[in-house]
Order: sequence, then structure tokens, then C-alpha cells
Amino acid sequence: MNLVLHQFRYDQKAFWRNPASVFFTVAFPVVLLLIFATVFGDQTVDVRGGIKTTTYYVPAIITLSVISATMQSLAMSLVIAREDGRLKRGRGTPMPPWVFIAGRIGNSIVVALMMLVLLAAIGRLAYGVDIPWDRLPAIVLTLVVGAASFCCLGIALTAAIPSQDAAAPIVNALLLPLYFLSGVFIPDDQLPSGVIHFADAFPIRHFFEAFFDAYVPGGTAVSWDNLAAVAIWGVVGLLLAIRYFRWTPRSG
Amino acid sequence: MSDPVISIRGLRKSYGDVEAVRGIDLEVRRGEVFAFLGPNGAGKTTTVEILEGYRKRSAGEVSVLGEDPEHAGRAWRERVGIVLQSCRLDPYLTVRESLALYAGYYDAPRPIDETIELVGLAGKADARASSLSGGQQRRLDVGMALIGDPELLFLDEPTTGFDPSARRQAWETIAGLRDLGKTVFLTTHYMDEAQRLADRVTVISGGEVVARGTPEDLGDRENRPARITYREEGREVELETTTPVQTLNELTGRALAEGRDLEGLEVTRPSLEDVYLELTEQT
Repeated sequence: MNLVLHQFRYDQKAFWRNPASVFFTVAFPVVLLLIFATVFGDQTVDVRGGIKTTTYYVPAIITLSVISATMQSLAMSLVIAREDGRLKRGRGTPMPPWVFIAGRIGNSIVVALMMLVLLAAIGRLAYGVDIPWDRLPAIVLTLVVGAASFCCLGIALTAAIPSQDAAAPIVNALLLPLYFLSGVFIPDDQLPSGVIHFADAFPIRHFFEAFFDAYVPGGTAVSWDNLAAVAIWGVVGLLLAIRYFRWTPRSG
Repeated sequence: MSDPVISIRGLRKSYGDVEAVRGIDLEVRRGEVFAFLGPNGAGKTTTVEILEGYRKRSAGEVSVLGEDPEHAGRAWRERVGIVLQSCRLDPYLTVRESLALYAGYYDAPRPIDETIELVGLAGKADARASSLSGGQQRRLDVGMALIGDPELLFLDEPTTGFDPSARRQAWETIAGLRDLGKTVFLTTHYMDEAQRLADRVTVISGGEVVARGTPEDLGDRENRPARITYREEGREVELETTTPVQTLNELTGRALAEGRDLEGLEVTRPSLEDVYLELTEQT
């Protein structure tokens, strides 16, 4: 366990010094929230009997930031480390391989929790979106289950990414359309039901629904069925990761 | 005499139909710098990766520090340091941090500052890896392999792609390892590197050992024919002889008797480079 903390400390250092990870994981979701809130701020969304657009977008962008801090960030950073030869090099030391992965997962989950705090605070202070303190345990539970599941999916995804150059295009090609189709960028009430059904086949929609339910006024705290769907995806990701994850570079 | 640090008998490795390593035997003794020399594609990296426990062999016996690397565990890894042929370090960590990260993996690591000094990066301790030159990064890589205070160090082509001054600095670092009593297994395709650093050299080509010995007697260089060249009436003359003293005596005696000069007279032994190229010539 000490070794995991040791690894985590250095992963944190490297994360915060990397301009790409700080921009895409931390700054980008904040910018998105500001844009959506500015453009659609005074409108209402026709879900839950009508809520403010900002009330909709705060949990939506938190959802995105969690996926970005976990699946996206892990898939990219692990492919880079693998192709650089760092994963292989680490395996030549006495450190057990799972420690390395555990440090990275810990890093992702901590960043995801920080994004929750940051975006919830911006939502509250700038747009008056209430933080449902009474449902805090449900919010944290949903976030941690989601973060862990998307970590597993991110690690599994590395097996499908052949090179460093391919990492960003592959990850974005998967995630960006699903953000649109799952109601993260475009509110549910403007999406055709066929689109929603399609999105239901993927974990982003379920995670968004679970988190939305936990966060918005009148929500149902823990949305067990959605959370279970996310967790099943996470387990599938974990199994694929165990089967197909590789430590040695694919190229060169 | 203690047991050899590395002992290989009849090592073979095939990838599909291609046999990359075709029956290699060798031994590495404690405290020596052992050079494993060969051209690209000779099977060097395959062999060293089997010794490091990264690859499974197809056949043969391998013992490294008394264990089979294929099944060796953490205790064995504590005793082995590895520098891979190509590895980029974490660009966002400093020299000191990179070493501290790796030091945390070992039970009894070397002191960090002393290790920084050892690899000649004292002035760069707080510089990020991304700001180091290629040669400095490689020396940091060596430092990370040394931080666990290993008995045995693998260096896979440590100076490939370096400019001459970076190579010289890397060589000084490697030469310093012998003074620490480390056993070093060095793979290289540079003859001069082996000559400069190694106590013993084994040359492989096409997956087989083609020569072994000290850098001085490699390929029986002492007993190879010497070459005598000179110009006579504007014409180049070249002689090969196994008894150069006698040949030279006859030649110069005749020239003196006839009152001629032997312009541009030179006697050369085949260089180590010549021997190496001849040994590794692919047919």
C-alpha cells in the first residue's frame, strides 16, 4: 500500500506538470460549462417538469469531466508510457505491476473528485445551481463507481490503440459522438427517442443518468439500475484489460 | 572461483519459422564487463531480453544469478538493473524525482545524490528529463538501473545514436561501474565500445557465436597475416605475410643493397574493426 501511495505521488506530480493533461482534463470541462451556461443560460430544459439549463449542464459537465479524468486520461497516458518503453522498464524492477496501475487509477479518481468539487462550486457560485448536500453520499458513490468503471474501460481501450499518435483520435472518436448522443452536450428533451435508445447501449448514457439523478433537485439519490449498468461495463473493461493489456511497445 | 553470474547452454529462440538465436553458450563472471557484440539483427536483444526475463526461450538452459529468469520473482529483480535499448523517461519528472521514484521500488536503494554524482548529472539534479540531452537522458536511465544497487547490470546498446562526446561520457560512466564491483552485460554493435569497456567479448552473427575472447586476442588477431605496403617506381605493392619481421628484413635489405627507397612503407595488422567485419559478414 505504501508503494501505491509512492507511485501515486509521482503520478500526481507528472499529471499537474503536463500541460495537455491539465488543459484537457481540468480546464476544458470548465470552459465547456462556461460556454453552455453563457449560450443557453436563461432557457429551461424540459426534463423533470422543467429545470434551468444551467441546472442541467452542471451535472452533465461533471459527468464529462469524470470520464475525461479517467477513461480518456488513462488511455492516453498509458499508451504514451507503453510506447515510450516506461511500462516495460517498470516491469524490470521489483515493483509489482498492479502497483503501477493502482497508482494511475488512484490519480484518476482523485482528479475526478477534484473536478466534482470545482464544477459544483462554479455551478453554485456563478449560476446558483444548488449542491444537494443531503445526497452527498449518493453523489460520491455514483462518481466513484463511475470513475472506477471508466478507468477499467480506459485501460482496456489501450489494447486497441497501436501508437501514441493514434491515441487522441481513437479516444475522441469514441467519446465525442457519445457525449452528443447521451445528452451530455444536447439536453435530452431535444434528442429523438431513437437516439437515446441507441445511447442506452453504452456506458456514458447510464453514468450520466445516474449522476444526473443524484445531483438535480427532486432526483432519486442512487439510481441503482443505471449504476449497475455502468459497473457491468466496468467489469467487462476489467476482464478485457486483464486479457489484452500489454506492457511492451507495439512499435519499434 | 565463484559461480558464474550468467550461464547459458544451447539457448534457442524462434519466432514462427525464423530462428533468431541458434544455440548460444556463454558464461559471465562476477565483476567483469562482458560485451555481447554483433550487427543489428544478430539476436543480441532477443538474447538479452531472455536473460532479463522479458522473453521466453524456445530451448536451452539459462541461469542468471542462480535463477531461471523466466520464473524469477521480486527478490531476483532486487539484484538486477536494466537499461533498455530504447526507453524515454517521464519528461515531467526531474532527475532527482525520477531516481526517487525508482528508489521507492527497492528494499535497499543507493543514496540518490551519490547516484546522481555517479552518472555525472550533479549539475542537472533538478532539471526535468525533457530538458536533458540524449546522452544525459541515457545516463539518467543508467542511474535508474543502478538505484536499487544491483549486482548485475544489463545495458542494451547504451550509446547507439550518440555523438562522440556523449559516447565518451557514457563510456566513463560505464567504466566507473566496474570499480563498483558490478557485473555488466553490455550489448553493442560498436567494436570500439567493446574494445574500450569490456574484459571479455563474445561476437554473434546470425544467432550464433562466431568468436569469443578478450578484446586483444579476439579472432586470433595476433596470428593473422600482417600487410606490408610500399610504392616502387610509382606502383603500389602489397604483400601479406605471417612472418613480417623476416619479410621486412629481406625487403629492406634488398632495397638498401640496390640503393633504392621504399616509398610510403607501412606495416599493418588487421584492426579489430577488420576482424569484426570479417567475422560478422553475412553469407
